[in-house]
Amino acid sequence: MSAPADASAKAQIAFSDLTLGYERHPAVHHLSGTVHEGTLLAVCGPNGAGKSTLLKGITGALRPLGGGIDLKGLSTRDIAYLPQGAEIDRSFPISVFDMVAMGLWRRAGLFGGIGAKDRERIEAALAAVGLQGFETRPIGTLSGGQMQRTLFARLLLQDARLILLDEPFTALDASTVADLVALVGRWHREGRTVMAVLHDFEMVRQTFPQTLLLARGPVAWGPTRDALSPENLLKARRMGEAWHQDATSCTRAA
Amino acid sequence: MTAYEVLVAPFAEFEFMRRALVGVLALSLGAGPVGAFLMLRRMSLTGDAMAHGILPGAAIGFLMSGLNLFAMTIGGLIAGLVVAVGAGVVARATQMKEDASLAAFYLISLALGVMIVSLRGSNLDLLHVLFGTVLGIDDATLLLIAGISTVTLATLAVIWRPLVLECVDPTFLASVSRAGGASHIAFLSLVVLNLVGGFHALGTLLAVGLMMLPAATARFFARDLTALVTLATLVAAASGVAGLLVSYHLGAPSGPAIILVAGCAYALAVLFGPVGGLIGRLVPRRHLEA
Repeated sequence: MSAPADASAKAQIAFSDLTLGYERHPAVHHLSGTVHEGTLLAVCGPNGAGKSTLLKGITGALRPLGGGIDLKGLSTRDIAYLPQGAEIDRSFPISVFDMVAMGLWRRAGLFGGIGAKDRERIEAALAAVGLQGFETRPIGTLSGGQMQRTLFARLLLQDARLILLDEPFTALDASTVADLVALVGRWHREGRTVMAVLHDFEMVRQTFPQTLLLARGPVAWGPTRDALSPENLLKARRMGEAWHQDATSCTRAA
Repeated sequence: MTAYEVLVAPFAEFEFMRRALVGVLALSLGAGPVGAFLMLRRMSLTGDAMAHGILPGAAIGFLMSGLNLFAMTIGGLIAGLVVAVGAGVVARATQMKEDASLAAFYLISLALGVMIVSLRGSNLDLLHVLFGTVLGIDDATLLLIAGISTVTLATLAVIWRPLVLECVDPTFLASVSRAGGASHIAFLSLVVLNLVGGFHALGTLLAVGLMMLPAATARFFARDLTALVTLATLVAAASGVAGLLVSYHLGAPSGPAIILVAGCAYALAVLFGPVGGLIGRLVPRRHLEA
């Protein structure tokens, strides 16, 4: 199964019979296909369908149990990853400005200075997410929405070719979601590849041209309208969530 | 008594007081920042465990060559690193949680250290190892402490960014760089180094006090990292000076006096600290407009 995007686009990620999981139990099972450069792809599916696992696999945090992921020459520095409910120590005494400045790691690294030009870029990123005036606020004083805006500002500065978002709009109000979705649209127009794990089908239908419907194995992958058809959604919902403790080795041909 | 007699004369008149002064000031330069990061990384207990872990190593050094600076320093360094690595390995390789494995390590280390020192030395030697002799610092020890502080500040400058980032957002650091693990090991080494430095002045049991108490005190005043680290260093230095004076005027043992002064600063901070202090919570001021 593969996304039949226009043939002229270059491949950005190629999954070949990819199986990812934990303790030999597959969470993503035999996924093959290609994400083309510049694709705006929603990853949907029930809880436990392997959506987050797939993103972790792409970042390299999780080794495949089988098959492989070809990133077509992208290095880890070209990938920006926003994990689900990022494990951030909100009590750490650091300001919004410094938090966002971390997005410059790719350029500044361990020792590179943050010059006047970088400060301008940081200010611009803060403005783009609507957080002007928050520069000196400690991150511990931010609301959930403001924190997510901060993380998006950091993503902006990362200037990555591939952007992976894991449930980026959960528990946010409508205006915050609208602002952040606008940023995702901007990345799409800039030709970056964006993959986002989402649960809100309405939003996916409106904003994401391509969808991968995952239920451990791929259920559908293609234009959102087709992928999220009622039959496909029903199929995805039937997937059993539980591991089978006594599952035997998978014998499906590689 | 004039202010001069209380504050300056002890240092002006006695060389051992001047040495002790330089010693605690140099120690504070390293202990302040290291303590601040220990606290922020939620490793306060790790520092404690490592401080105890140094004891058997220093004791073996003592057993082999008496109160010899070099032997006890090397022994302490090796033992401290063994505990740091060992506790981490036990926690990762078995089902034991890190805090419990650290507690196990430091209790064993403490008992072992006391046992080894008693094999050869007197009770006085034991007191020396456990609580240090800040008033008996010689040139070599001063150089050692100053050297350790210098190395500490230089290393912290190098690993500052990954160290901060690993506390705030470890997943992000892992996604952009592999410096996280290396900087963690470098930091653990700094902790051991500073504990060994502090051990000569304050003893194995109290060396960690000059790290943790000033850092915890500073946390009640500082809202950002630079202020926290600076303040922790200042509190450590001030506690050192004040503790030496208290010990001089009251004839009290100097190591405990220094730590107790730091303890008083901490108690005051808990009560009156503007960032989350007790009084501020119990007697809230009227809320603001916006």
